[in-house]
This record gives sequence, C-alpha cells and structure tokens, in this order.
Amino acid sequence: MMTIGLEHYLFVAAALFTIGVFGIFVNRKNVIIILMSIELVLLSVNINLVAFSSFLGDIEGQIFAMMVLTVAAAEAAVGLAILVTYFRNRGGIAVEDINLMKG
Amino acid sequence: MTLAAIAFYALAAIAIASAFAVIAARNPVHSVLFLILTFFSAAGLFVLMGAEFLAMLLVVVYVGAVAVLFLFVVMMLDVDFVELKQGFLNYLPIGALVAVALFAELGLVASAAAQAEAARPAIALNEQAAVTNAEAIGRVLYTQHLLLFQLAGLVLLVAMIGAIVLTLRHRPGVKRQDVARQVGRRRAQGVELKDVRPGQGLRERV
Repeated sequence: MMTIGLEHYLFVAAALFTIGVFGIFVNRKNVIIILMSIELVLLSVNINLVAFSSFLGDIEGQIFAMMVLTVAAAEAAVGLAILVTYFRNRGGIAVEDINLMKG
Repeated sequence: MTLAAIAFYALAAIAIASAFAVIAARNPVHSVLFLILTFFSAAGLFVLMGAEFLAMLLVVVYVGAVAVLFLFVVMMLDVDFVELKQGFLNYLPIGALVAVALFAELGLVASAAAQAEAARPAIALNEQAAVTNAEAIGRVLYTQHLLLFQLAGLVLLVAMIGAIVLTLRHRPGVKRQDVARQVGRRRAQGVELKDVRPGQGLRERV
C-alpha cells in the first residue's frame, strides 16, 4: 500500500483498458466516442509498456511506447478524416448507417 | 504515506474517473475535455515512473495535437448527439459483463506478473546509467532503433497524405492556379485583332 510497485501501475492500465473496451460496447452509435475509446485503450497499453520498462530497468519499452504513440496519432488523423468524408457524403455519423461496402 | 504514493493514488483516481467520464458524458465536447484530463494524469503517472520524456511527448502529441483534432471534428460536424446517445442502456449489460471479465483477467495477469517480478531485485533505470531519461532514450533511439525511428516517420507521412487525400475536395466554380496552363498560354489565345473600319465602331458580340 505504501510503496508503489509494478502491480499498482498494471492495475491502473487494466482499468483504463477495460473502460476503453466498455466505451466501445455502450456507445455503439457514436463513432467519435468509439475513436476516443480506442485512444484510451492505446494509452493503457503505453502505461503498461512504460511501467515494465521502468521496473525492469530496460529502456526498450519506452522506445516501443513511442512507436505506439506514433501509430495512435496516425490512426486518429486518418480515422477523423474518414469520419469527415463520411459525414460530408451521408449527412450523419450513425454507425448503423455505415453499410455502403456491404456489397 | 509517502508523497509519491499520494501522488500516484491521486493521479490514478483522476485518470480512471475522467476516462469513465469520456465514455459517459452526454456532450462529446465534454468527452474530449475529459480525454485531455486523462492524458494529463497519465503523463503525471509517467513522470512518477521516471519516464519524463514520454510524459512530455504525451502532453505535446495528445493534448496539443490529437485532442485539438478531435475538438475540431466534434465542433465541425453538425450532428444531433442526443439521438446518438440512445441505445446506451441496451448494450449496458453485455458491455458490463465483458468489462468485468476483462478486468478480472487483466488483474489476475497483473498480479501474477508483479509477483514474479518481486522475486527479482529491482533496478532503477535512471540511477543505474546515471543519465537523464531523455538521454537514455536518445542513446538507443538513434543507434539501435534507427530503422524503427525512420519507419515511424514514414507512418506519420503516409497518415498525413492519407488524411489530406481523404478530405481534399475540388469545388466547382472556384478559380485555381494552373501553372502549366498559365505559362503555356500563347499570344493568339489571349489577343484578338479586329479590323475596325473608320466611322463604324466595333459591335460587341453578345
């Protein structure tokens, strides 16, 4: 309780991951919230990587966390661009209506 | 209770509470602001772990770029968000079930990993090498992980081009510069010579 160990950070990351997945489940209609939930999941992964890197004394985990950060930023940019294009074409962002590529 | 423990519990509580507010808020603008708060608290946790460089990176990249991008898009789209919030309760039971199962699994794995870790003597990263966190990252990032670094830049480039290609549109009726056409214009295309007879003037062609 007094000294903060590895498991404390792992539990925070687990909680954030769970909240992110839960957010994807309950906000089935709002794509923006789903994208934000994905960001939360990636953040929890970063916390795990940095926690292990810090407690194992190995810097490689932080390098990998930087790569996750890069991919998360790229994903947010492309995802929001797709969202803007979709809104322009259809006039709404309801997830249920996204069936153009159903065939 | 030590100061570090107090800081950890405060930051962790704020991070988890604001993460929950992200998915529960009615207004997406509030969601984005809570997302910023979550990332800020996570950056604080990174500082506590001794990863100052990544903490600053998180603040710059997420709070400075990604959150502002989200904010722009949320405010640009004219969507009735109350309507999108409907059905929240329909998916609540299955969502809660999955969340509880997931958290139990992750907690189990975290405890097991931490227990296995406790057997080993802990090494503090920064004291061991006696360099700052940023220097330690720089030493390996530009040497051993150079390819990874360049590939990350490539990922960002492709994402940037993709976002521009997706959102760029040419509206009809807007004059644009076409350098090749402008430079390649001949005299005959721009000037018309008229033979004007005296006293008659030039009739305008309608």
